[in-house]
Amino acid sequence: MSEATKPQPQAKGEKTPISDTSYVGIDAILEQMRRKAMKQGFEFNVMVVGQSGLGKSTLMNTLFKSKVSRKSVQPNVEERIPKTVEIKSVSHDVEEKGVRMKLTVIDTPGFGDQINNENCWQPIMKFINDQYETYLQEEININRKKRIPDTRVHCCIYFIPPTGHCLRPLDVEFMRHLSKVVNIVPVIAKADTLTLEERDSFKKTIREELRANGIDVYPQKEFDEDAEDRMINDKIREMIPFAVVGSDQEYQVNGKRILGRKTKWGTIEVENIAHCEFAYLRDLLIRTHMQNIKDITCSIHYETYRVRRLNESNILFTSNPPDHPAPATPQPNGVAAHRSSVE
Amino acid sequence: MASTEIARQAGEGARGVPLSGHVGFDSMPDQLVNKSVNHGFCFNILCVGETGLGKSTLMDTLFNTKFEGEPTQHNQPGVTLKSNTYELQESNVRLKLTVVNTVGFGDQINKEDSYKSIVEFIDAQFEAYLQEELKIKRTLHSYHDTRIHACLYFIAPTGHSLKSLDLVTMKKLDSKVNIIPIIAKSDAISKSELAKFKIKITSELVSNGVQIYQFPTDDESVAEINSTMNSHLPFAVVGSTEEVKIGNKMVKARQYPWGTVQVENETHCDFVKLREMLIRVNMEDLREQTHTRHYELYRRCKLEEMGFKDTDPDSKPFSLQETYEAKRNEFMGELQKKEEEMRQMFVQRVKEKEAELKEAEKELHEKFDRLKKLHQDEKKKLEEKKKSLDDEVNTFKQKKTAAELLQNQAQQAGGSTTLKRDKERKN
Repeated sequence: MSEATKPQPQAKGEKTPISDTSYVGIDAILEQMRRKAMKQGFEFNVMVVGQSGLGKSTLMNTLFKSKVSRKSVQPNVEERIPKTVEIKSVSHDVEEKGVRMKLTVIDTPGFGDQINNENCWQPIMKFINDQYETYLQEEININRKKRIPDTRVHCCIYFIPPTGHCLRPLDVEFMRHLSKVVNIVPVIAKADTLTLEERDSFKKTIREELRANGIDVYPQKEFDEDAEDRMINDKIREMIPFAVVGSDQEYQVNGKRILGRKTKWGTIEVENIAHCEFAYLRDLLIRTHMQNIKDITCSIHYETYRVRRLNESNILFTSNPPDHPAPATPQPNGVAAHRSSVE
Repeated sequence: MASTEIARQAGEGARGVPLSGHVGFDSMPDQLVNKSVNHGFCFNILCVGETGLGKSTLMDTLFNTKFEGEPTQHNQPGVTLKSNTYELQESNVRLKLTVVNTVGFGDQINKEDSYKSIVEFIDAQFEAYLQEELKIKRTLHSYHDTRIHACLYFIAPTGHSLKSLDLVTMKKLDSKVNIIPIIAKSDAISKSELAKFKIKITSELVSNGVQIYQFPTDDESVAEINSTMNSHLPFAVVGSTEEVKIGNKMVKARQYPWGTVQVENETHCDFVKLREMLIRVNMEDLREQTHTRHYELYRRCKLEEMGFKDTDPDSKPFSLQETYEAKRNEFMGELQKKEEEMRQMFVQRVKEKEAELKEAEKELHEKFDRLKKLHQDEKKKLEEKKKSLDDEVNTFKQKKTAAELLQNQAQQAGGSTTLKRDKERKN
């Protein structure tokens, strides 16, 4: 049954005149949603992975235009390469034009820095899965909080060293394992060491290798919702991986103060798309696709984890794992399995 | 093997950092809104009230469309709920509106159980959502939410007080759904009576502990308007889909010989207030309250009822798994028992049927034998008859030949006797 009311365009916030006979006011729900969203605020969790010295912390600071990286929080710690992969996460409350966001930056010092890097992605996988587990536990609680705190990693930025040749085996392995559990955005770090032609051929090689290994990075082809989405995402997919340069120092260029890196042969402007692709990365991550990234994490990666977890505990406890719940009894949850592994 | 060290800085109350430039995440609300617009919204209203109070007309007036359905009869044996879903669209917002009507409410002689079907219906919607949420493979984001977001309770305009049916029903529903009481057909009450009626209703609700939906006053932009509206509850409404010409405009109104009641005139009735509150200001809040309060309450009660706990007496987190396992074994045991019973019953039935069939077979055999014997008897009799008939025929034939012979002899003798006689005569 489909009925349509005559559309009456009304400006937001304007009081509708009383004698307006055909306007119902359903579209006021958009305003209500916006108000609710502004009141609640948003959460965003980013993980940066890459060898030390690739400029991860600087890029984070540049992206969010403030000192959000781990290094800025502990300025006095001597820079040493840890013996094992550590996971350090820092949270910040930022606000812009009335929109509040809780931004969490998760750093992984020690990744890829040892001589033997076998399985160095495992702590990272474990961390990501632990976040899913926490969320799942909270969700299946009987008395659960009104808003479950979301610590799931929404996006993982992987830094590729600018060798100019091809992906290293470590890169391929890492991305292969993690593209299944989290949205990966690969970037070419310190891209000011590559000329434009080198950059293009490097990117092409990387894309080839990703495709050859079956690695699906964000934006994933299979999650495109409609033709419009596909068009936009195809354009992005042609530019991946973004060649970025990070900087938190400002210089004077043409009378303006802009972020950049000053060298003897010129100044690289970070936000100039002719120089590097930082602006594209920022737009993708923050201005246009942030909600989409969160949605994919929430409804696809988390659900995959949940299905696997619930099925696992089924197999653990019974000999024939059912796929659907028995009538009026809920499915088991994997608390016991988790607890036994911890104990 | 690498091990992890997770260090969380600044804990829950994360430090605030100032931004030195425009980052761009102020577009997040826009992104969120765009996603919702693409997805569409759904809103479910339940109208509870006696037959003939103008529920359908009010829905038509509120949403400016003619929803289908004719007025219900007054002779329903019980309360049933009829729900209809409509797709409305205004500018770029698509709304899936479901209107649920109580058919036959208040028409029975014994109204003790009237509220039960309503409560069952609301619970069924919660149950469906709970089942979907607990599934292993679930599709929550494309699930058509049928939970009731708002319940409009229609109060008959007696002018005195609430009926006991109203009180009982509202008491049962207040913990399950957002109740918005409205006085229906309020053009039957004069202004002064209306004020007294409203006060009486509010005091009765308060004294009976009925929790009706209060418009939220925590958001500054709508706090003022919401708190004023809260004081106007319950709204006295008039619904009409007919248009009357007033001045030089066509307005929705009801025309009487003594005047015209304009639906959208705030001095005539509270329809505009209801529309403001229900749709234009608090629709999202109604949906949120349903999800975070009523649904959570239902979920908690349901899971606790099934025996799940969060922590057992030793305050160790109780595993849902173990409880479920125990219940599952119980359930499987029962299932097996039932299966056995059914199997036995089946075997027994088969035996009985077999015995019956054997009986029937035996009977048939007997019948066949009897018939055969009968047939043989008949045959024998017939043969005997035939034989006797043949004998008769033979005897007859013999007699016939004998008779003919005799006749011949007699003729010859007769001829000779005539000759003899002639001879005697001559002599």
